[in-house]
Amino acid sequence: MTNALQSVESWGRFPASKSRLLPVVWSSDTLPDGGGEKILARGLGRSYGDCGLNDNGVLLPTPAMNHLLDFNPQTGLLRCEAGASLDAILQFAVPRGWFLPTTPGTKFITVGGAIANDVHGKNHHRAGTFGRHVRCFELLRSDGSRKICSATENSDLFAATIGGLGLTGLITWAEFSLRKISSAFIETETIKFASLDEFFEISADSDAGFEHTVAWVDCLARGKNLGRGLFMRGNHAARGPLEAHRPPKLAMPFDFPAAALNSASVKAFNTLYYAQVLGRVTHSTQHYEPFFYPLDGLHHWNRIYGRRGFFQYQFVVPQTSDAAALREIFERIAHSGQGSFLAVLKMFGALASPGLMSFPFPGVTLALDFANQGDKTLELFRELDRVVLAAGGRFYPAKDARMPAECFFQTYPNAEKFRTFIDPAFSSSFWRRVTQTNL
Amino acid sequence: MKKVLIIGATSAIAQAIAARLAQQGAQLFLLGRSQSRLNLLAADLKTRHGASAATGVINFDDFSTHAAAIAQAAKALGGLDAAFLCHGSLGDQKACEKDFALTEAEFRTNLLGAISFLTHLANFFEAQKSGAIVAISSVAGDRGRQSNYIYGSTKAGLTAFLQGLRNRLHPHGVNVLTVKPGFVDTPMTAHLKKGLLMATPEKVAGDIVRAAEKGRCVLYTPWFWRWIMLIIRSIPETIFRKLKL
Repeated sequence: MTNALQSVESWGRFPASKSRLLPVVWSSDTLPDGGGEKILARGLGRSYGDCGLNDNGVLLPTPAMNHLLDFNPQTGLLRCEAGASLDAILQFAVPRGWFLPTTPGTKFITVGGAIANDVHGKNHHRAGTFGRHVRCFELLRSDGSRKICSATENSDLFAATIGGLGLTGLITWAEFSLRKISSAFIETETIKFASLDEFFEISADSDAGFEHTVAWVDCLARGKNLGRGLFMRGNHAARGPLEAHRPPKLAMPFDFPAAALNSASVKAFNTLYYAQVLGRVTHSTQHYEPFFYPLDGLHHWNRIYGRRGFFQYQFVVPQTSDAAALREIFERIAHSGQGSFLAVLKMFGALASPGLMSFPFPGVTLALDFANQGDKTLELFRELDRVVLAAGGRFYPAKDARMPAECFFQTYPNAEKFRTFIDPAFSSSFWRRVTQTNL
Repeated sequence: MKKVLIIGATSAIAQAIAARLAQQGAQLFLLGRSQSRLNLLAADLKTRHGASAATGVINFDDFSTHAAAIAQAAKALGGLDAAFLCHGSLGDQKACEKDFALTEAEFRTNLLGAISFLTHLANFFEAQKSGAIVAISSVAGDRGRQSNYIYGSTKAGLTAFLQGLRNRLHPHGVNVLTVKPGFVDTPMTAHLKKGLLMATPEKVAGDIVRAAEKGRCVLYTPWFWRWIMLIIRSIPETIFRKLKL
């Protein structure tokens, strides 16, 4: 009765995919048998593209495998099953005076997903990726073995699994350190910048004094306005209540019609968003929820992009003095008239991840949403790919649904080595796509 | 409810009940099939709620062990205020239709096993002159439907048994709560489409613990199932037999 193929979507709702679902609930249970088909763990489905999909294969939903197993209130070391969500961990940790070591822009992801994608956040320049804070985890392999992996034990598998896209086996539980806080609030500053040069200046000035930095950019602005945006930076407040967030109340009840999002409406939104901040610098004290997770308040916000879904395009390029690659990319996007509200720019720091396949490296990363307009959108991506590759950049699999194989293998020099650690029973739509096999 | 036995403690609803009771400071005895699963649940209750829960392993289908398990729980907790009966299985209707042995196994687990536990618990609480019994039945027991009448009839039997038991134990200060959940989002229902009617185990567990504390008789959870089932029960059989439910 659990054998029927079901439609499964990732966050970008592209591509369409069908899988059989065999939920895992207990980290102590044996690995479900795919019955000859490839298997893949699936958390909360927030990856944008196909790295969390396994078309015509078996998905192992993990969110019910979510027990918290141990917490040391002196050191902040938490051990939990891999399906535990960052949302649940915040509910647990914040009232006790602890916070996530780093967090992406949604808390609706699992710990297993955070490791498999080696996620990063606004504090990358201070904390590095999530994988840096993982002390150890257990990996359940299809040969039935359970491997405790850490920097000292099974260290090869440890490195391959961090950023390993779930292909090295099932992460059953993990142990990682939380960060001490004295308040659930963040003291923030929002700074208007008029150009990319200004962005780089503010960013360099902020790294030492601010734990969290990120910028929103108006990717449709051209000419003298090119690269204008809002720089947001903040620190955990020194004093304040330790209140966790509340569950979201609003949800997008239906799919927006495709016509609702067009270059005119996005341009109007971007212009208003930029203009609503009046002074050059605005100070405020915000709860962590709107600061880190502005979109979590609206469940299913991905429906804004309609039935055809959307792409996210995220890359990192090394920083150069003229930022030529970034300028060219903004020019091309603005010229194409495609583009989005959500263009996020951030400087990555130099802290290296233990992961073999981790995405971030020192430089500047840009993440953009694009409504799926078919060939027109894919053609733009091919143009952008060439610029990113020429600049020595790299793409983020967690956001990707379309990069060609060469983009992946050229930009991840460890990919061939990584292959040797893949569990033979595991695969994903992403992996088959970039390796061009139909297995 | 301070000293509580949870039978079938690793089911999704039971876990949520355990979490809620632990949060309220109850002492728990968790009875389940697998020690390693019970250990994970106990670790979670300790980590999240600082609760120390004792555990016991049991083969539910070996009825001869039930009395000893209840005695073990009462001893470990130093008494017993309430017992939650949560074990059960949602068998494969189609497979059961073809094979009586599978149907028999469903009845053993869902009905006879439950009646065995309830018999021992009733006698324990009757002698004690206090206590609460909470048993998870199902809306499926309110009317037999072609899509799941095997499961439904095990639960219908359980519901009738609980009605009689409630009647018997009321003069002795013991309350019996029959819980009839609708669709709950658990691994048991992972193959079903998640519709608007689907409730979380946490929501259902909250309803159950509150109803038990108030000494209620029958709980539909979420609440709207009382009205859905009222309608379903009122359809005349001559019409009902033509429906595809």
